[in-house]
Amino acid sequence: MQTQQTAPEPSLRERLVTALENQRVLGYVLMAPALLLILIFIAYPFVLGVWMSLTDKIVGTSGTFIGLGNYDKLFASDIFLTAAWNTVFFTTIATIFKAVLGMWLAVLLNRKFRFANITRATVLLPFIVPTVLSTLAWLWMFDATFSVFNWTLRWLWQMEIGIFGLVLKENWGFFRGPLWLGDPSLAMASVILVNVWRGLPFFAISFLAGLQTIPPDLYDAADIDGASGWKKFWHVTLPLIKPVAIVVIVFSIVVTFADFQLVYILTRGGPNNETHLLATLAYQLGMGSGNIGQGAAVALFMLPILAFVIIFQLWYLRREGVR
Amino acid sequence: MKKTEQHQPAQKRSSVTRRDFVKKTTAVGAVVAAGAFLGGKPPAYAQSRKLHYLQWSSFIPDADTEIRRQAEEFTKATGVEVTVEMINQNDMTPRITAAIESGKGADVMLLINNQPHLFANGLDDHGSLMGELAGGDIYDWANGAVVVDGVARAVPLFNIGNAIVYRKDVFDELGLAAPNTWDEYLAVGTALKNANLPVGQTLGHTFGDAPSFAYPLLWSFGGMEVDESGKVVVDSPETHQALAFCKEFWEAACDPGGLAWDDTSNNRAFLGQTIGATLNGASIYFVARRKFPDLADKLAHVNNPEGPGGRYHVIGPRSPAIMSYSEEKDAAADFIRFMFQDDNFSQFISVNSGYVQGLTPKWESHPVWSSDPALGIFSTNAKYGRSYGHAGPWNRASGEAAEKYIVVDMFARAVQGEDPKAIAAWAQKELENVYN
Repeated sequence: MQTQQTAPEPSLRERLVTALENQRVLGYVLMAPALLLILIFIAYPFVLGVWMSLTDKIVGTSGTFIGLGNYDKLFASDIFLTAAWNTVFFTTIATIFKAVLGMWLAVLLNRKFRFANITRATVLLPFIVPTVLSTLAWLWMFDATFSVFNWTLRWLWQMEIGIFGLVLKENWGFFRGPLWLGDPSLAMASVILVNVWRGLPFFAISFLAGLQTIPPDLYDAADIDGASGWKKFWHVTLPLIKPVAIVVIVFSIVVTFADFQLVYILTRGGPNNETHLLATLAYQLGMGSGNIGQGAAVALFMLPILAFVIIFQLWYLRREGVR
Repeated sequence: MKKTEQHQPAQKRSSVTRRDFVKKTTAVGAVVAAGAFLGGKPPAYAQSRKLHYLQWSSFIPDADTEIRRQAEEFTKATGVEVTVEMINQNDMTPRITAAIESGKGADVMLLINNQPHLFANGLDDHGSLMGELAGGDIYDWANGAVVVDGVARAVPLFNIGNAIVYRKDVFDELGLAAPNTWDEYLAVGTALKNANLPVGQTLGHTFGDAPSFAYPLLWSFGGMEVDESGKVVVDSPETHQALAFCKEFWEAACDPGGLAWDDTSNNRAFLGQTIGATLNGASIYFVARRKFPDLADKLAHVNNPEGPGGRYHVIGPRSPAIMSYSEEKDAAADFIRFMFQDDNFSQFISVNSGYVQGLTPKWESHPVWSSDPALGIFSTNAKYGRSYGHAGPWNRASGEAAEKYIVVDMFARAVQGEDPKAIAAWAQKELENVYN
């Protein structure tokens, strides 16, 4: 008994130190703050969103559970189907343009030329300027009556210049030029144009970073083998930049798919819902109409599609890593 | 144990008593002050308090200045510091939603149309304030806009009327008379478009001018979203007729750019002299009178044309409302009383120069209507007024349908050449989705 009593009890501090020396415990402890942040700022809103989408919640009420009622209503609505299609179309076309033009710009910027650093920094401008501000400038440029594009066109038209044998008329009358945001197909094209303009620098600079990691001796070897510029791009540049490209493209798809600001400022989904995206529709239903349950359902509809894109990216990166 | 139990309530009472004291003395103060208020003086508060008032940014800058002046006067008289925030009307709805959901935000907000129905669950009971300020005199439609299930959720303050503003000089030059029917407007518009000054009208997704044009056009041909019982009846021969007419009118008379316009575009186009007529509030005339007096002399107004189903204008009151979560309800109510005070509201009507109308008959004889012959017509809006969701009652669904621009998009589709019957069937389906 006495021996047992004299054995010193480890103090709390000592026990803590011993526990932390165990790597498994230490790992969890170090992860805990991040986990807490994820739980509070991502998991909780997400679960709340899922719950709301299953209720008939109207602003100011708690709502009652209605199962998949909101989704039923959405699939019965052409406005939702149009917005879903628009989102897929918008994301696909904008991403293709951003990827192709971004690669082209990156290859150009990778060359050695005067003021290369300043030029590279300047290219980032559209990405840096707050989207709301730059989009407001585009809104003015697309204005139906006072569009700078249309005023330029009209000015050229009045000069009676001939293009391809066509002599332009002098007077347009009430016709003020293309309806950039009024014609359904032009409106979608305009929205895509602004998205590409804003997103292009991100692609270009990311690709440029990827290009600069390619060892120059590979190009030297290709030169010795007599490869042309195009062949060097196809067989050296592209395979080596592919992992960077996949990450950038997937990231861009996620951001473009959930784009909101451009459409909200330029068209608010008009004309005739032709530029409505899922994000703007969710906002219109949830925040505009106070129908928060349906708004949450629209927003959640984006989840499986984006989850698929991200799973593909993880699968691809893991496969590349194994290689 | 007993001792502790005895102590707890005592502790509780002492801590709450202090708060209660402040609350009660404030409430008593407010009641006393309200008495003085009826005599035209705002109440004075003992301590410094803050009130946040959120409203749209008016197209009449002087109106915003006047509201700021009233807020300053209110602060001087009561010691309650009023923060006035003014934002784009298109951004008001999301702000209100976010505020109610988070339980934080402005104490008083200026609601539009049937928003009291949309946000009823986040708004205070305004029954006594309504009785005190509007009494039994208020127009029925304005009453319907704020009373939800028998409870007033806001107090209607004013309406923004609209009328077709046109270039009288061009009409005279072309030998045109102000149109009385849609057919006459079609003929007038055709002549205007031939003279390169077409009719300018938006059919885009924007809160004011697009529905103000689309709904009355539908109604005047006898079409409607829902019947009196609330059943969706938009897919009707009358609607088909309205859509077919709109296509003809758009092609022959309108500026095609309207599909992308927002509420400010027709103002700019008219003042930039690229259109000859447009449905609008008095803001175009107001700006012209101050900045382009020569142009203002050439302007005149006429009511919406009459169709087989009658003549209509969209009406919808602007109603200040106290939010349920506000901790300054007494001060908020007093601020609303202050805005309703005869001298303040009269001044508000005056600076708006015909842009707004009061919602009780006594304001029909306000001097502003006789001060300028060009403005008198706006006072007649209430006579032709109908609200979204006509002929059904005011409710949340009509607001959601308006927010989704279903009626506006019917006409936007029609002018792009879609078949009226297919469009009306589409609208029927979408509206049933909202109303049922």
